[in-house]
Amino acid sequence: MRTLLTVFAKEVVDNFRDRRTLATALLMGPLFGPMLFAFVINLSIERSLDDVDRTLELPVIGQQHAPNLMAYLNSHNIDVVDGPDTREAAVQAVTGGQNDVIVIVPEAFGEQLAENVPAKVELISDQANTQAERDARRVRTALHSYSQEIAGIRLVARGVSPTILRPINVDEIDVSTPSGRSAMLLGMMSYFFIFALLMGGMYLAIDTTAGERERGSLEPLLSLPVTRDQLMFGKIAATCLFMAVSLLLSLCSFYVALKFMPLEQLGMTPNFSPTVVVAAFFVLAPFVLLGAALMTLVASFTKSYKEAQTWISIVLVAPTLPILIVSILTLRPQLEFMFIPSLSQHLLLVDMIKNEPVNLLHVAISASSTLAIGALLTWICARLYRREGLLG
Amino acid sequence: MHGKGVHHAVLYRLLGAYAVIVVDSIHKSFGKVRAVRGVSFEAPDGKITGLLGPNGAGKSTTLRVLYTVLRPDEGRATIDGQDVVKDSLEARRCIGALPHGAGLYPHLTARENIAYYARLCGLDNGAIDDRVEHLVRLLEIDDFADRRTKGFSQGQRTKVSIARSLVHNPKNVILDEPSNGLDVMATRSLRDLIMKLKEAGHCVLFSSHVMQEVAALCDDIVIIANGKVAIDDSADGIRERTGCDDLEDAFVRAIEMVEPA
Repeated sequence: MRTLLTVFAKEVVDNFRDRRTLATALLMGPLFGPMLFAFVINLSIERSLDDVDRTLELPVIGQQHAPNLMAYLNSHNIDVVDGPDTREAAVQAVTGGQNDVIVIVPEAFGEQLAENVPAKVELISDQANTQAERDARRVRTALHSYSQEIAGIRLVARGVSPTILRPINVDEIDVSTPSGRSAMLLGMMSYFFIFALLMGGMYLAIDTTAGERERGSLEPLLSLPVTRDQLMFGKIAATCLFMAVSLLLSLCSFYVALKFMPLEQLGMTPNFSPTVVVAAFFVLAPFVLLGAALMTLVASFTKSYKEAQTWISIVLVAPTLPILIVSILTLRPQLEFMFIPSLSQHLLLVDMIKNEPVNLLHVAISASSTLAIGALLTWICARLYRREGLLG
Repeated sequence: MHGKGVHHAVLYRLLGAYAVIVVDSIHKSFGKVRAVRGVSFEAPDGKITGLLGPNGAGKSTTLRVLYTVLRPDEGRATIDGQDVVKDSLEARRCIGALPHGAGLYPHLTARENIAYYARLCGLDNGAIDDRVEHLVRLLEIDDFADRRTKGFSQGQRTKVSIARSLVHNPKNVILDEPSNGLDVMATRSLRDLIMKLKEAGHCVLFSSHVMQEVAALCDDIVIIANGKVAIDDSADGIRERTGCDDLEDAFVRAIEMVEPA
């Protein structure tokens, strides 16, 4: 035990003095997530706010043929402006990207309307261009509702109730809560936490085998009158500490970052209170041991520091796999999922963010299975530390 | 009376017969490469034994078996009666090892590097400071003891590494090519240190590929070539048996006597 503590203390001091370790553990992991997240959120907020509030400028050819329609569009936040002179020029303008959407009102429009024949309006847009298509959709919707309005007036004029046009009334009830909507986007947060957590211990894990070997300090260490298990456990414990600190920092930095993100505007109110921060820490904590042992194990098979870094970067991505598979297949959380590390933590975290009651049995299964796998990997690490091949 | 050295020397005499390194026909292969093919020798207490041989002769492999990081395929080796395989932990307690190209922790100071090993070896907190201080003086590293070891010269690194391997005051000291990369001054002070260790009653076993160095220091010389012992004798004995007055010629003659692997 004393050996273990000695190794632990030395690794902590050693790595606190190493700027590279410190930067990845305490800066990169905790900052990378919130920053990327803030970027994505702000981008999507900008986009969606854009849609509703922005006045759309719509070039219309032949405005004089439909003054009422023009007034209708103007009242729906669509600014009618003069378009190109000819139909060909309009098509050119849309193809070339100068305009996203152009409407042409033919001369016969008023006449057709008066005679109750379908009045033709042309809408020119590039449906392959999704960005432009959003503007076109707004115009299309406006035209459609104008058409509906006229139909209603015609029916009323003939003494028929306009409701006859609506044989079915679809009433959509959205049961997603603001917290629930957040969960979709915030679901990716769990990966950021796992990522930060792994980054925190990466250099220590490499140092345990490949690093010590490359520096030439492994053989002298192994020739001391101590058991190798103790050395390994002390090193893994130090790795765990850095990972836990990194996790805690990244949770806190997210907590602060979310305060500055106008999530309500996206209809999201994630439940990320200090209580959730603490709970999330304990839900994710079992993954620390697993991550530390896994990275140490991977690094112990490599020949050099560089090679270890390459392989560990694969380990950094691996925890996303179960999360990705489940979200692609849109599987509902089940008891069995709680046995899968990273996925179970992800699901529990999403539940907490959604402000849904967290199943304590799930928490227990998640923690114990993750810890069990972590312990198994640690044991394998210790076994491998005894073999001669370790010396390279 | 005459300081610690003498005291230890007396103590080791009393411990007597067991304070030796015994290597009994060990074999070790790495894949198809037969690095060591039946090496046997003894390194007695209070003497300096030199393991001499060209590069790739099997010196390092033999020493690595002795400080227990490698297991021999065949044969056995004991340190003060402790088998290096069966009682490897006990055997390690009796040895201080300086592996070839040993490295330090660059973010720790020289003193911290030594203290870390002292703590690992289970010294009491009070004893650690005394022991580290003693070694700092013994190896004359006062000037840079409190600097981080990053950027140390090879000579400084070797001194700290040796100090580090002596923290638990082992009776037997194994040094693998300690003079590698050292300049004249550093080699000189290394030689002085090895003599000091001998005077303090330690059994010193060190490897080298430089004949003059070994001849100047050692009581016994074990010449290894192609994984086998060519000659095990004193410098004079080797001259006599090879019929060469010049030690370098004797070394070359001895190596030629071993058939290739």
